[in-house]
Amino acid sequence: MPETADKTTTDRNAALATDLAKTAKASKGRPDKVDRVSKRFSVKDVNLFYGDFQAVQDVTMTIEPNQVTALIGSSGCGKTTMLRSLNRMHELTPGATVEGEVSLDDQNIYAPNVDPVDVRRLVGMVFQAPNPFPTMTAYENVAAGLTLNRRGLSKSEKDDIVEKSLRGAHLWDEVKDRLDRKGSALSGGQQQRLCIARAIAVEPEVLLMDEPCSALDPVATLAVEDLIDDLKNRYTIVIVTHNMQQAARTSDVTAFFNLETSGQPGRLVEMDATDKMFTTPSKKETEDYVSGRFG
Amino acid sequence: MNDRTPREDASAAFDPAEQVNPIGGPTVDAGTLPPWFLRAVVGASALIALAVLLATGSLTIVLFFVITAVIALPTAYIWSRVVEGRRQAMDRLVTLGIVAAFFIAVAPLLSVLYEVIKRGTARLDGSFFTESARGVIGAGGGAQHAIVGTLVITGVATLISVPIGIMAAVYLNEYGKGRLRKALTFFVDVMTGIPSIVAGLFAYALFAAFLGPGIRLGIIGSVALTVLMIPIVIRSAEEILKIVPDHLREAAYALGTPKWKVVTRIVLPTALAGLVTGVMLAIARVIGETAPLLVTTGVIDSVNTNPLSGRMQNLAVYAYSEYKDPGVDVQASYDKAWTAALTLILLVMILSLLARWIYRRYGTDLRDTR
Repeated sequence: MPETADKTTTDRNAALATDLAKTAKASKGRPDKVDRVSKRFSVKDVNLFYGDFQAVQDVTMTIEPNQVTALIGSSGCGKTTMLRSLNRMHELTPGATVEGEVSLDDQNIYAPNVDPVDVRRLVGMVFQAPNPFPTMTAYENVAAGLTLNRRGLSKSEKDDIVEKSLRGAHLWDEVKDRLDRKGSALSGGQQQRLCIARAIAVEPEVLLMDEPCSALDPVATLAVEDLIDDLKNRYTIVIVTHNMQQAARTSDVTAFFNLETSGQPGRLVEMDATDKMFTTPSKKETEDYVSGRFG
Repeated sequence: MNDRTPREDASAAFDPAEQVNPIGGPTVDAGTLPPWFLRAVVGASALIALAVLLATGSLTIVLFFVITAVIALPTAYIWSRVVEGRRQAMDRLVTLGIVAAFFIAVAPLLSVLYEVIKRGTARLDGSFFTESARGVIGAGGGAQHAIVGTLVITGVATLISVPIGIMAAVYLNEYGKGRLRKALTFFVDVMTGIPSIVAGLFAYALFAAFLGPGIRLGIIGSVALTVLMIPIVIRSAEEILKIVPDHLREAAYALGTPKWKVVTRIVLPTALAGLVTGVMLAIARVIGETAPLLVTTGVIDSVNTNPLSGRMQNLAVYAYSEYKDPGVDVQASYDKAWTAALTLILLVMILSLLARWIYRRYGTDLRDTR
């Protein structure tokens, strides 16, 4: 009896792995020609802490420009924490500290003379749940980064940027007649794309996405994934996801995080081209995870 | 049809006679009382209570509620117990008990309202709002000076306490950390409990130190009220700021927004309706203060709109002094005192309604965005 069960599980896992590999092969890779060359992240010996608790240990990796890099791994392995350290959001949590070096091209963003506010202007972020500002209309939401942080933009310049950003977020046609309505009146998927539009309106170099589709239905998810594929023409994208299909579909490079047991810090196990990660990963740990045999 | 049990065929006609209690007890078709049973019992009890009280000539609202409850509770319980059984009877008893507790709790409030409206409407006329008590020793005259004084004193107190209170709440919720924050929260809690007369004496002593003893000014009353208002404003503002979800702050930070702008442009606007509501309730809380104003603003019969010079009357102190030192026509003075009380209640009610309206109209639904 257990043998049969084992066999079916293995079969299913094998099928899943093949599926993922197929999807991964279908992903487009780095675009031949990009609209704008964005910046490269180099992460060197980074350790992240919440008070005394170490969440991430000794991570060294390079995130290539104009590519989608996916961070995958089980819950609590520190991938979101890692992501938040890339635009210095990590330190907003009381007691959170960072060791090591994170460089955007050649500039260490943790150097003492760097203002975290400036870092965040270069590295935008999209969150897990759509979070449009409830006091603002759809238009004001997209323009929020401009009104808050850039002075002296004329109304028509702002209009142009809002339209461009909404088009960039594949949302313009759906909301162009509803720009003066509250952003929170849109559907969940539209709200998330509104948040992406808000993030790209300030023209960052890098876009961080923390499980951007986990609160969305499959149709909205597909819309956002299409958008991600488009955005890498202009931005470096780092996406955290629990959904391996999504990692396989959207990313060019995948980084797998894991932890030994709970309470231990998360580490970077392996990082490689996505199709390789899902077919012939070099570590057994990765293979177990992507084929569903974890733990 | 007969050879099928409902268990085999769910669509078979439901026949209560066939239903057997699954745990093997008696059948479930116990007697039931009509849905209006409780209402009927309470109505009948209320009629009996009313009749008894009218017959003995001792009708008061509180007594009426108590006697109604005393009759209705056992009646409903015993009746239901006989017809429906023990569990239902207990359910009815507790239901009635909760309703009775509610009515007994609001009875004093209704009683006060009833009394104030009954006695206060005698002088609720135009001249009450347009005339002062200047030179009036008998009937007639009004409370214009007291109404103006109440509005000026409370208005100035609000102007002082709202900025201080909201900024303090912003500090506590957005900036403060560690021991200093805890200590400040503790002192705010302590301040909430300060007796109002202490606030009055403090304000008086403060001004008397500079302007000499016996000083009476509207502004001193405002300062006394400020001492009472600030902790209320801080407390309510802090609660509201706390429920502004963190992900909105993070969204703003992620756009490269400096902290002060996150607070002023995102957090405060999101919380605006709640802040206004809190301020309104704080005003409602202090507008009827008597003791601190008696020692700081004094008693006067004519209109004074300048808080920085001369004594200033207000509604609570006016009601108090009309009662304590009635004029030649004692009843006329008493009537004015009651009308002043009614006016105060109306002012507070208007403020509360306004607060609710603002919250409904402009409130950001924070539950939605969490």
